[in-house]
Amino acid sequence: MRKRRWSKVVVFTLGLAPLFWLLWRAYNHRLSANPIEFITHYTGDWTLRLIVITLCVTPARRILKRPQLIQYRRMIGLFAFFYASLHFLTYLVIDKFFDWHEILTDIGKRTYITVGFTAFVILTSLAITSTTGWIRRLGGKRWQRLHQLIYLAIVAGVIHYYWSVKSDVRDPILYGFFAAVLLGYRVWVGKSKKTAAPPPLRKSPEPVAR
Amino acid sequence: MLIKNSPDLRYSDVTPKSLYFNRRKFLAGVPAAFLAGNELLSPSRRALAATTKLQTVKSPLSTSGEKVNSEEDVASYNNYYEFGTGKDEPQVRARNFRTSPWTVSIEGECAKPRKISIEEIMKLAPLEERIYRHRCVEAWSIVVPWIGYSLSMLLKQAEPTSKAKFVAFETLYDPKQMLSPLQAGIPLPYVEGLRLDEAMHPLTLLSVGMYGGTLPPQDGAPVRLVIPWKYGFKSIKSIVKIKFVGGQPPATWNEYAANEYGFYSNVNPNRSHPRWSQAKERRLGEFGRRDTLMFNGYADQVASLYTGMDLIKYY
Repeated sequence: MRKRRWSKVVVFTLGLAPLFWLLWRAYNHRLSANPIEFITHYTGDWTLRLIVITLCVTPARRILKRPQLIQYRRMIGLFAFFYASLHFLTYLVIDKFFDWHEILTDIGKRTYITVGFTAFVILTSLAITSTTGWIRRLGGKRWQRLHQLIYLAIVAGVIHYYWSVKSDVRDPILYGFFAAVLLGYRVWVGKSKKTAAPPPLRKSPEPVAR
Repeated sequence: MLIKNSPDLRYSDVTPKSLYFNRRKFLAGVPAAFLAGNELLSPSRRALAATTKLQTVKSPLSTSGEKVNSEEDVASYNNYYEFGTGKDEPQVRARNFRTSPWTVSIEGECAKPRKISIEEIMKLAPLEERIYRHRCVEAWSIVVPWIGYSLSMLLKQAEPTSKAKFVAFETLYDPKQMLSPLQAGIPLPYVEGLRLDEAMHPLTLLSVGMYGGTLPPQDGAPVRLVIPWKYGFKSIKSIVKIKFVGGQPPATWNEYAANEYGFYSNVNPNRSHPRWSQAKERRLGEFGRRDTLMFNGYADQVASLYTGMDLIKYY
């Protein structure tokens, strides 16, 4: 138990590291000539990275035969939401400064923002329902179903990034590749399960979504 | 003006003075650089590129009442895809860009085609300092004290014929010094074009410097255009060819995505880019956004060029 708590502290610290790195750069005036753009891109990047990492948890549990990795997934997912919130708040407060007219036009008219906002709404609802209380209230099955929306969120996130860049789409394509592999893995597992069910995983205290 | 015969060593071959004086700090930073990737090269710590001072005269065409951006902002935040698609990449990758010897070929529909060296260009007319607003299509803007003279001074000498209706421009493309088109994400060499009357307009600046010195490589050394009423990408950098032509010449971003980047690309707050609004802009160094002005605030001087034209259709 003690070891587990410590490892969670480590994961928590790692999750905050990108934020501290950003603050350190800000303190040293190293956010480029356009700091708002820098912060927006930085927090957006970390959101995508953390979603990719949460989606790695399930395959890693199976492939490495370490089902206990599940205990970190909620925290990583919440960190993805945390950076998505910073990303959205940067846009809302610093970039547009609550210019609701422009923000609503953006969300309605600019497809990359529509898609990005959709991803943010998904992440928000998953963050709210991430508590043990909500798992109980919804029941494991329905909760799992709901949280499979993360698949939609990463697709939307990648499209949001792809549509927002001017011409250099290498980074969005890289994220798209990760998303394709991780979602493809789930399709593959789902298919092979229909033919031959794999041995059940060890029971873990937190629910398992595949 | 200080144009000397080129010695064996170019200025760019020599360690910049500021780096030399900070060599201990630089060495001390090396282990950190391993830990932090390219962080050592972050803008605020990087020495500004070595440039040569230029003598200039005042210009009535300079924009007044604007706060000029810092030279560091202008030299560290660049769109120059031949040297990387990140804003901070060109100042690093272009550091050793060879700008001497340099000649510009003037050709096409003109009575006196010629090749002109950068030294001749510098002496062709008195160098003026012109402060211009510069609006990028990405909705950010800067104010820069450029150095140069009206492009028309150079073009008139070539005596364009009546067949010349447009002017085509081309940036150097040297694969040994620059990225491949695949890495840059756009076709290269970079080309741009103007209607002849736009090119002859006194505001259209042939620029050889900024902030009292020659242009740093990442800002388009040794010679570039600055067309203050158009989006920044029209202001082509590191020019090697100027050609008078009869029909509308190709322009790189227009060819890349015609629905997003028009041939004219006049700054127009009423005509959105398909993916983002052009109504407002972020002036670097400012909090929040300011309204974008029609023709970037130069409507009084240039609106007459487009009388009767539908500027939403011809964006």
